Amino acid sequence: MSIMSYNGAAIMAMKGKECVAIAADRRFGIQAQTINTQFEKIFEMGPRLYVGLPGLATDVQTVSQRLKFRLNLYELKENRHIKPKTFLSMVSNLLYSRRFGPYFVEPVIAGLDPKTSEPFIASLDLIGCPMITEDFVVSGTCSEQMYGMCETLYKPDQEPDDLFETISQCLLNAVDRDAVSGWGGVVYIIEKDKVTKRILKGRMD
Amino acid sequence: MSERYSFSLTTFSPSGKLVQIEYALAAVAAGAPSVGIKATNGVVLATEKKQKSILYDDNSIHKIELITKNIGMVYSGMGPDYRVLTKSARKLAQQYFLQYQEQIPTSQLVQRVANVMQEFTQSGGVRPFGVSLLMAGWDEAEERPYLYQCDPSGAYFAWKATAMGKNFVNGKTFLEKRYSESLELEDAVHTAILTLKESFEGQMTEDNIEIGICNQDGFKRLSTAEVKDYLASVQ
Repeated sequence: MSIMSYNGAAIMAMKGKECVAIAADRRFGIQAQTINTQFEKIFEMGPRLYVGLPGLATDVQTVSQRLKFRLNLYELKENRHIKPKTFLSMVSNLLYSRRFGPYFVEPVIAGLDPKTSEPFIASLDLIGCPMITEDFVVSGTCSEQMYGMCETLYKPDQEPDDLFETISQCLLNAVDRDAVSGWGGVVYIIEKDKVTKRILKGRMD
Repeated sequence: MSERYSFSLTTFSPSGKLVQIEYALAAVAAGAPSVGIKATNGVVLATEKKQKSILYDDNSIHKIELITKNIGMVYSGMGPDYRVLTKSARKLAQQYFLQYQEQIPTSQLVQRVANVMQEFTQSGGVRPFGVSLLMAGWDEAEERPYLYQCDPSGAYFAWKATAMGKNFVNGKTFLEKRYSESLELEDAVHTAILTLKESFEGQMTEDNIEIGICNQDGFKRLSTAEVKDYLASVQ
């Protein structure tokens, strides 16, 4: 029994042309038993900043709450919205502070810079090692499958609608090869002027 | 066996004043003059550094100190208290960087330093700092200069131009007349020197004043040679 696969999850984020997409599965289960098929794993941290948290469900909730706490204080003190790169450092700092008793989550960040609207995606491991990429990031129990799908289907500088199609196919086909991920999907397309949330219909098994 | 007082030594007078803070401000007003001017493209800090004897090695001790690449500060008041605050400010700036991997904005550093100063007016067994600080910084994100003053009480103010220490009232009056929004850094340095000159007794040389400038390239304390050049254009 591995702690990271106790609940099961699949999250990915992709960069497009002046937009980013972040997608997650919707299953909440305890080992083989599925409990909820509408479990939220992507959390809004700012008007154009989202974080996806796969891993142990209790830590998914605690980390998202503690991050929001830190972020709220930051925005009140500094009187400005946080930059995605700075948020990455904040998450890294939070996770490393528990270096020897970690939160069992491996976050994925997707957002647009509040001033320049430049797209940003990144991921971290459970002890806070940050990784910024230019194309896509994946995290979860079926990360290998997600890497395969993204590597095959990804194209840079896609328009928001095309990016949506790409990320949806990557997610759905990857979770179909994982017993503990799936039961539907949710995709956020983050653009300069709007954020669109779409629910994916997939294999419910 | 208490190593610390549990009560604050800064207490209210019947008229509602914190007398210790008033006395601290008096210590500042008796200190060497310092001046700060914000220009369109930077900030200048200048201070008098008169030594009591010619035997002093002028260039070993500095009043204008760098806190981060983009922020510097100067004081009027008690030198030893200032050293404690520069150490504290540098540590606070680095703590911020460790957490956010981003240089601390000037206003954030000012708030944190002012908070330290306030703690010393409400903690057990300590006295307020006998300095007022002038903090100058360049904000990279907003691409603009900032000038702040921190008082012993912990209050902080954002200034376009200000003077502290001996004769600060005259200094401020002088600046009110001379300051303009369109001042550029070079002119601001010139004006700062003139402001210091108003209260200067004796001959101003590159060894008895210190000047620091802050612009988009960061904060820099001018060398004695550079100060000499500016002085030449004044007298």
